[in-house]
Amino acid sequence: MFGEVFNQHNWEAVKSSIYGKTAVDVERALAKEKRNLEDFKALISPAAMPYLEQMARLSQAATLKRFGKTIQMYVPLYLSNECQNICTYCAFSLDNKIRRRTLTDDEILKEVAVLKEMGYDHVLLVTGEANHTVGVPYLKNAIELLRPYFSHIAMEVQPLDQDEYETLIAAGLNTVLVYQETYHEGNYKIHHPKGNKSNFNYRLATPDRLGRAGVHKMGLGVLIGLEDWRSDCFYTALHLNYLEKTYWQTKYSISFPRLRPIEVGTNENTSHKSFDTYMSDKELVQLICAYRLFNEEVELSMSTRESEKFRNNVIKLGITSISAGSKTNPGGYVVEPQSLEQFEISDERSPQEIARMIRLQGYEPVWKDWDHALEFSNKS
Amino acid sequence: MLETSALTLAGKTFTSRLFTGTGKFNSAGLMEDALLASGSELVTVALKRVDLGGQQDDILSHLNHPQFNLLPNTSGVRTAKEAIFAAQLAREALETNWLKLEIHPDPKYLLPDPIETLKAAEELVKLGFIVLPYIHADPVLCKHLEEVGTAAVMPLGAPIGSNKGLRTRDFLEIIIEQSKVPVVVDAGIGSPSHAAEAMEMGADAVLVNTAIAVSENPVQMAQAFKLAVEAGRMAFEAKLAPAKNFAEASSPLTAFLED
Repeated sequence: MFGEVFNQHNWEAVKSSIYGKTAVDVERALAKEKRNLEDFKALISPAAMPYLEQMARLSQAATLKRFGKTIQMYVPLYLSNECQNICTYCAFSLDNKIRRRTLTDDEILKEVAVLKEMGYDHVLLVTGEANHTVGVPYLKNAIELLRPYFSHIAMEVQPLDQDEYETLIAAGLNTVLVYQETYHEGNYKIHHPKGNKSNFNYRLATPDRLGRAGVHKMGLGVLIGLEDWRSDCFYTALHLNYLEKTYWQTKYSISFPRLRPIEVGTNENTSHKSFDTYMSDKELVQLICAYRLFNEEVELSMSTRESEKFRNNVIKLGITSISAGSKTNPGGYVVEPQSLEQFEISDERSPQEIARMIRLQGYEPVWKDWDHALEFSNKS
Repeated sequence: MLETSALTLAGKTFTSRLFTGTGKFNSAGLMEDALLASGSELVTVALKRVDLGGQQDDILSHLNHPQFNLLPNTSGVRTAKEAIFAAQLAREALETNWLKLEIHPDPKYLLPDPIETLKAAEELVKLGFIVLPYIHADPVLCKHLEEVGTAAVMPLGAPIGSNKGLRTRDFLEIIIEQSKVPVVVDAGIGSPSHAAEAMEMGADAVLVNTAIAVSENPVQMAQAFKLAVEAGRMAFEAKLAPAKNFAEASSPLTAFLED
């Protein structure tokens, strides 16, 4: 289990090791063909900043070799904003007094019609954590409902047990995203004071449960803005490294969501916006390139929380999948467009506009890159 | 103009010994132009990329030329069972019993699973498929596949998409020497010189995708591969002069025997 690997590392030691990397370490890492975790530390360190252009070129070449001139398109579908957790950064937090809504079958299908109209074939289901209303039976039903419409179904919901994942995979689930948010245990507890989510270790072991359940693909990441991003991303790379060796038949993707401003509703706690550990655009580019140079095969995903200009320019730097036209509220596409969003999106262009932008850059937007027929044995 | 001999594979004649893939291009239109320029007559298509139930698939509509024979592939499956299921769907949807059998449970290097591939190949041959299996450059495995009735063997030169060339050269030579079915070197061919090298060695054909799709000018690169494959084949048929690692001694050691 990853916990054993995790416990061999000390947060402060990791952090000072990253910040202690020098130009020599960076140059050594850049010169290698295969890079290890120490090289990754050098590439995300402040010492690598002067090498950003070189990193970008290497990252572009490595991404082209593996993924070609293609960008995978996906779209989120929020099914519910009901949530029993308190997360200091999230609009769906239990203590945020908003109207709660969970979509019915009929409403889901109305939303699906809009997504199909947009051209989507890969969908990402999102919910809060409300086990009594949005538990495994609800999710299973939703997956079965969606399966005829999408070639690839991903899910970003609360962590589940292994047998629950097995049930959902058998129903047609292909990918599960589960972000640790932060690998800093103390800060994790501060940002997740209440609800099941406050259990750091259960969340940390989720990718292991997913791997044992035989999931086709899983997505890792941290929420950038909760802690020192460099240290958190090192732990993500450490986790990836462990998972690839342990669950070698599973594919992996990484996301790097930066915190966006959220509406705090009637909640008096206005500390939501006061994060002092954000990362700059330049640093995000550094991170994307560093992930690619560390791992040529991992998928790197970018959501609409980033700006138009930024998204236009990172298409060629190592990103392999992006969303477009996203709504982050349940019913946001057609059923109830006015409800509160989980986070404010920045790039509001339509999927067609994004597809055009991708083509103008000499890449092809790919709508379909999976088929339920390929995972036959899991459903028998 | 001198012509090289045609390739017969599963009873079908191919003038071009360059097989091609359809992934990684920056548009379906450019893919079409490049494949036309390559002269390729056998084009592999990933099932996962095409809309099997759909009417107007973007990739398939650009492959609608009489010279292109489709070779559906099972990329994405992890077991023999999944491969067989996917193959049957492909046969139905694309109306061909040709199949590039790819089973790579390892999504990192996409290395083929020899055990599942052999199992699936045996079953698929029985089901009437023309099976071209993607496998390691393992001479014994190639003989086993030949015995269960595959139409060819497709050993790798290096990991897919790596463009590293014929890293498995010594084993490819043994496979070519021993094989009774055509040997197609698949994966790892990164430049026209690699393709020529495989053809000079006596491979019956090569399969190229990434090196064409990802180049700055895929159409020109496709032509370059076409020429390299032809040149390599022509050289093979003309019989290469043996390579020498030493100069001829001016006073031969055995000259005294002539005295």
